[in-house]
Amino acid sequence: MLKKEANLMDDKMIKRTLMRISHEILERNKGTEGLAIVGIQCRGAYLAQRIADLIKEIDGSDVPVGIMDITLYRDDLTMIDYCPVVHSTKVEFDIDDKKIVLVDDVLFTGRTIRCALDELIDLGRPQNIQLAVLIDRGHRELPIRADYVGKNLPTTLEENVEVRLVEADGKDEIVLINQKEKRQ
Amino acid sequence: MSEWTRKDLLGIEELSAQEIELILQTAESFKEVSTRSVKKVPTLRGKTIVLFFFEPSTRTRTSFELAAKRLSADTLSIATSTSAIQKGETLKDTFKNIEAMKVDAIILRHSSSGVMHTLADSMGPSIINAGDGCHEHPTQALLDMFTIKEKKGKIKGLNVSIIGDITHSRVARSNIWGLKKLGANVTICAPRTLLPREIEKMGVNITTDLSKALKGADVINILRIQKERQKAGLFPSMREYAIQYGVSKEKLEKYAKKDVLVMHPGPMNRGIEIMPDVADGTYSVILEQVTNGIAVRMAVLYLVSQANSDEQEQ
Repeated sequence: MLKKEANLMDDKMIKRTLMRISHEILERNKGTEGLAIVGIQCRGAYLAQRIADLIKEIDGSDVPVGIMDITLYRDDLTMIDYCPVVHSTKVEFDIDDKKIVLVDDVLFTGRTIRCALDELIDLGRPQNIQLAVLIDRGHRELPIRADYVGKNLPTTLEENVEVRLVEADGKDEIVLINQKEKRQ
Repeated sequence: MSEWTRKDLLGIEELSAQEIELILQTAESFKEVSTRSVKKVPTLRGKTIVLFFFEPSTRTRTSFELAAKRLSADTLSIATSTSAIQKGETLKDTFKNIEAMKVDAIILRHSSSGVMHTLADSMGPSIINAGDGCHEHPTQALLDMFTIKEKKGKIKGLNVSIIGDITHSRVARSNIWGLKKLGANVTICAPRTLLPREIEKMGVNITTDLSKALKGADVINILRIQKERQKAGLFPSMREYAIQYGVSKEKLEKYAKKDVLVMHPGPMNRGIEIMPDVADGTYSVILEQVTNGIAVRMAVLYLVSQANSDEQEQ
């Protein structure tokens, strides 16, 4: 049961990456007018808040932040053998005609993003939806791509990318875990 | 976080404190769905839920039906008056037939206590108790606890008084079990004739004096006088009951805490157990209970459906 861990990013690198993404969001949207950020539970929500804080630092303006839990929209509820805990969706602003930046930690199959898109559209009709992720690890199963990517990281299916954040895990780091040895 | 593994919800008595907490926590997340413009999530898409009510109900049935619909399940209601029960079919046969039509869950209200337990063991679909006789009404107790927790921030250590016909009340029994498990102090208050024998074994304080039940209470839950079950003459008259046990604003202001929460599971007999100035007053959270009922029932439907589909796979 040997688990190999390799560090991909440390706290400084994560900070620089988020700073770059924040600048890119401002650049592409020409400021913060009509902009809102929605993070996907759990780590996407922390990242969304950090991006909003960075935008405030850069631009001086407040951007509304929402949290979205996609459990109720999962397409595998009947297939998984446990009962996922449902967390709250808190989008306390009107999303109609807003430019929504959806934030998640890792982009993998694209299924989580599909859920989030469906849920967002149930909440209203945004002008557009953009996607920001810290890591894009490939292996898409749906035609979904990110507009802002922290790092493109080609992986194998045996590998797992774990984003750890101070808010949830006590420190900021991204590690690549090889689970090959875990399989029997 | 504990896991939910039950395919049925038959009562509060058999649940652990962790399981109750899990339902309440899950319900918190579901509450938001009913505030959206599109009040629907696709979670139970393709599931069929049958509502089978052998006793009259407006609130519980509507609430369950809305909960199921907001989870995208298909629902159908069967009324006893138009079902083949009238032709003498046994309950078990009726249920076996419904099961053969491949439904996923049955929400059942019945006048016999404990009937659900007999059915649930032999049935594939989830069985959810929407009230069985004088036994249990678990989702009512859950929504009461949810409302208390929402308003007071906790349940542990609170003084909760339940006032009214305890003997005939499934709401009282489910509430007592649930509240005790979550660490509340429960007092029940009624005329002697409406207190069941050996009720003290449930670990509650007992009083026949309303002022004592009101003093120091953080929450009072007023039960309906069930006129349909009062033929035996358990108290002299409705008028006398109203005078002695009816909760009025005057009595609340005289005895109760300033921030007391007044609850009632409905339907209310205004002017008997609860006076209009209390029902519509500032202490009352009666309509919020109704709102919360949908979220709690969504949580229950989600949890039992999820557990049932896991069970079928294994």
